[in-house]
Amino acid sequence: MNAIEVIDVTKSFGSVVAVDKISFTVEPGTVTALLGGNGAGKTTTLSMLLGLLLPSSGAISLLGQDMIRHRYRVLPRVNFSSPYVDLPHRLTVRENLTVYGHLYGVKGLKTRMADLCRDLDLVTLLDRPVGKLSAGQKTRVSVARALLNQPELLLLDEPTASLDPDTADWLRGYFQEYRGRTGATVLLASHNMTEVERMCDRVLIMKSGRIVDRGTPADLFARYGRDTMEEVFLDIARDRRRPDEPERGEP
Amino acid sequence: MILSIRRVAGLCLRHLYILRGSWLRMLEMAYWPLINVVMWGFTSQFLSHNSSWFAQAGGVLIAGALLWDVMFRGNLGVALSFLEEMWSRNLGYLSVSPLRPGEMVATILVMSFIRTMIGVMPAVLLAIPLYHFSLFSLGLPLLVFWTLLTMMGWATGLAVSAMVLRFGLGAESLAWVMIFAIGPLAGVYYPISVLPDWLQAVAWALPPAHVFEGMRAVMTEGVVRTDLMLSALALDLVYLALGIGLFLYAWHTARVRGALLNVGE
Repeated sequence: MNAIEVIDVTKSFGSVVAVDKISFTVEPGTVTALLGGNGAGKTTTLSMLLGLLLPSSGAISLLGQDMIRHRYRVLPRVNFSSPYVDLPHRLTVRENLTVYGHLYGVKGLKTRMADLCRDLDLVTLLDRPVGKLSAGQKTRVSVARALLNQPELLLLDEPTASLDPDTADWLRGYFQEYRGRTGATVLLASHNMTEVERMCDRVLIMKSGRIVDRGTPADLFARYGRDTMEEVFLDIARDRRRPDEPERGEP
Repeated sequence: MILSIRRVAGLCLRHLYILRGSWLRMLEMAYWPLINVVMWGFTSQFLSHNSSWFAQAGGVLIAGALLWDVMFRGNLGVALSFLEEMWSRNLGYLSVSPLRPGEMVATILVMSFIRTMIGVMPAVLLAIPLYHFSLFSLGLPLLVFWTLLTMMGWATGLAVSAMVLRFGLGAESLAWVMIFAIGPLAGVYYPISVLPDWLQAVAWALPPAHVFEGMRAVMTEGVVRTDLMLSALALDLVYLALGIGLFLYAWHTARVRGALLNVGE
């Protein structure tokens, strides 16, 4: 059973097609990147996977459950983190984690919170309001919230956006360690090439709402004759021909 | 629909943490009802010395002011509890948690009840030493009036929340003003019979008109009008069902439009 199955999913807003008939699967225990430029459809795709946004057509299943009809069966096993969604600023870190612990029905909540706060270096921040934390500290709190229920499937929207390189690097390491320890599946939407190269087993490249290429980072390097994901990305963004593609006019 | 008490309690905790952390918010909740009762109390005292009707029906204005605040605070409690999530841009995380829309509705209704009690109770208690008027002297009907007005406040608050979800935070001022459209038709300070005939028909379609007529019947005639209470209850159930339906529909359309992830100031 795949952790994620997306079949012919389209999302239109009036006459604008934000996501155009995409299909993909993500195997359990892997880290997959949705790579694409601004407006490529990454966040729209993640939103549909989570059920925040209803697709115009197509089918989505997470962990074997139909997300359109049986969303609430799977949500306790999934979580999500995004720098574009906030936690209540007036609540302290401890209060925020306690509230979400109750919403997810976390057993042994105090122990779980203590473990996460130790791992994510939040112990000294527990009684500070989230609104008074730095961007990096807020991201760590958001990650702690996302890992409270020990998700089998973790969806991350630009997880290291607005972080300094040191914190971003540390966070990538933490996600890799979490995946290694729990066998969780991770899907991350990003346009950070270093992140994708370092963390991901597979890459889905999106452009104008479509998946225009896919494969392991090594496959993509070989296919485009490039050494870095950034070069691959630029080839796709600028419609450069792949070396294995026939020239125009050739059969 | 299955509601989880654990999840409802968890989200209530989020609002209670905010209230606990801000005495200014608590003060703000009680402030207007206190001002209101002081103003209407003195008005009532003045009128009772100059009007035989008011002299006989002591406290009817104060009772009206206090019970109107029950409905107003019920409405505001619902709308503000929902707006808190939008102001804090937290709706995205709540929407991907196992919390169901029905549980969110249940939470904001519970929080509205708590906010109403915090807001109105100090004014109710202040009226006792200041004007020798106790709302509790209404007896058991007070509980019924309170419940019926709270239900109408909830229905209005849910309709406001649905509009905010649909039109964004630009519609938030509706939380404060929408319920006042009902005010002239509720008969808080005067009987419905003073309205023009065509407006009376509109007023009787609203639960508060029945409640405030019932309140005056208890206070001036010593009669408990169960017919008015039953008609108010029937209307309340219709309006509350409409309010809940509107909110859940707005939630569904927000999922179609993608509004749950991008709400905020």
